[in-house]
Amino acid sequence: MNFKKYIDTQLKPQFEEGGKLHAWQSVFDGFYTFMYVPNETAKKNGAHIHDSIDSKRIMSMVVIALLPCLFFGMYNVGYQHYLAVGEAADFWLTFGYGAIAVLPKVVVSYLVGLGIEFVVAQWKHEEIQEGFLVSGMIIPLIVPVNCPLWILAVAVAFSVIFAKEVFGGTGMNIFNVALVTRAFLFFSYPSMMSGDKVWVNGNYMDCINGVSGTATDAVTMATPLGELGSGQAVTTPLENMLTGLMPGSIGETSLIAIALGAIILLWCGVASWKTMVSVFLGGAVMALIFQDKCTGGFQWWQHLCVGGFAFGAVFMATDPVTSARTETGKWFYGFLIGVIAILVRVLNPGYPEGMMLAILLMNVFAPLIDYCVVQSNINKRAKRAKA
Amino acid sequence: MSLLSKQNSEALLGPLNKNNPIAVQVLGICSALAVTSQLKPAIVMGLSVTIITAFSNVIISLIRKTIPNRIRIIVQLVVVAALVTIVSNILKAYVYDVSVQLSVYVGLIITNCILMGRLEAFALQNGPWSSFLDGVGNGLGYAVILVIVGFVRELLGSGCLLGVKLIPDSWLLENGGLYLHNGMMTMPAMALIIVACVIWVHRSCNKDIE
Repeated sequence: MNFKKYIDTQLKPQFEEGGKLHAWQSVFDGFYTFMYVPNETAKKNGAHIHDSIDSKRIMSMVVIALLPCLFFGMYNVGYQHYLAVGEAADFWLTFGYGAIAVLPKVVVSYLVGLGIEFVVAQWKHEEIQEGFLVSGMIIPLIVPVNCPLWILAVAVAFSVIFAKEVFGGTGMNIFNVALVTRAFLFFSYPSMMSGDKVWVNGNYMDCINGVSGTATDAVTMATPLGELGSGQAVTTPLENMLTGLMPGSIGETSLIAIALGAIILLWCGVASWKTMVSVFLGGAVMALIFQDKCTGGFQWWQHLCVGGFAFGAVFMATDPVTSARTETGKWFYGFLIGVIAILVRVLNPGYPEGMMLAILLMNVFAPLIDYCVVQSNINKRAKRAKA
Repeated sequence: MSLLSKQNSEALLGPLNKNNPIAVQVLGICSALAVTSQLKPAIVMGLSVTIITAFSNVIISLIRKTIPNRIRIIVQLVVVAALVTIVSNILKAYVYDVSVQLSVYVGLIITNCILMGRLEAFALQNGPWSSFLDGVGNGLGYAVILVIVGFVRELLGSGCLLGVKLIPDSWLLENGGLYLHNGMMTMPAMALIIVACVIWVHRSCNKDIE
């Protein structure tokens, strides 16, 4: 008897109504559908084009697209650590150090988020929704490495409950769940989310407990945006901005890893290229306007390479749930995200990074943009019908 | 009519639960967000509103038959403004630090929707005693929510209650511990979410409220 057959005939009945394990039905169902459903496509003949892709498959593609950022993030955490303590380390030691520092965050994010999803699904007798698969992977990538695990858990719980479940679960949320997590962390525990002490890891226990108070362990290293925000010259060389060997949130630093992810997303048709392009376009226009506000030889286009700009444009502005859904609307939506992100960066000294606030703000306006696009189309057609 | 007839006790106790001005009628939210970052101003604010609602209810109820209908709002405003001024001066005299914290929000009690709502909906139709009970009930219903929100916000936001430190400094991250105060608790945004949670719990205990 093969494994699938065993599950179908032996395991499945126990979870159904009246079975011994009925209390765990939604958990079982979640794993079962994740592994085996949908397992059929439409017949070859006929006019329909069918694919067995559903939201679980889409989410899996996004998680795969995030892997380059995750792995590079691990390497960078190790790299920054050994750079800061002044020791030499080979590739695997560097990567291993980063993996030890980053993996607990991934585990905590998934455990807390999926735990809440499972409980809610069981409570409401619904299927488990798969939306957290992506959020749970993005969340560890957009926090600094020294963010303590317990505040990460609090923030994940907060945003899954208040940004998602109260709105009705996956697909109903107004705000991007991962960004709400980050916003919660940013406003609740600013000392853990910004400044120059959280980006580089002195001791991997810091990632579990937070920044340690002893002077020998705390490593001070400003991000390019931190330097820009405080009016200093940016010390990061350009090639490091491209490869991502600079301090920053775990997954956001490397343009190359993000570009790999973007290629995967676009190749599978999961994310919209219009949103991505227009975010960069908006950012470029605004950065060009504010060129003279940049200090120390910082060029306008470098704004697009540092901080969370590229990561946000590729992975979070394109979130199909919270972004604009009309094709024309995507241009406006993305463009405005870029514009606002740079506006916040340049004009507000309190927030060196504006991508999070820009995307959250445009999440609110996405339905309005869609409404205007649809309405203008209706008006155009009505006029044509009259003429 | 006895002093605490069924109708009167309903006027007093209803607002504490099924007719709560904040949790059910969703009135007075603005000040509930503004003054609850600490417990002490929340209590003072709750008591001030209770006193002002009770006495303005009584006064309006006493003169309700002589107020011309067309200018009743302005009469109500004058009465409320007079009481607010008195309370504000008393606060300044006896609890100056709290009155500084409350700043304009004591003066803004004049515009508190709960007050005008009770005057319009209750005091203009009922006698002074039941109006008094209604005012006390609504004021306390408002105060209860304020105290709950203030309690959570002060405890999680700065680790104190009524200014007394409950979470020792040695637990804090910068002193080698693990704990961090939640900065967002001191912002009004979080008060809104806590009010929402209170309403959530309240509704799930009282399924009959629409």
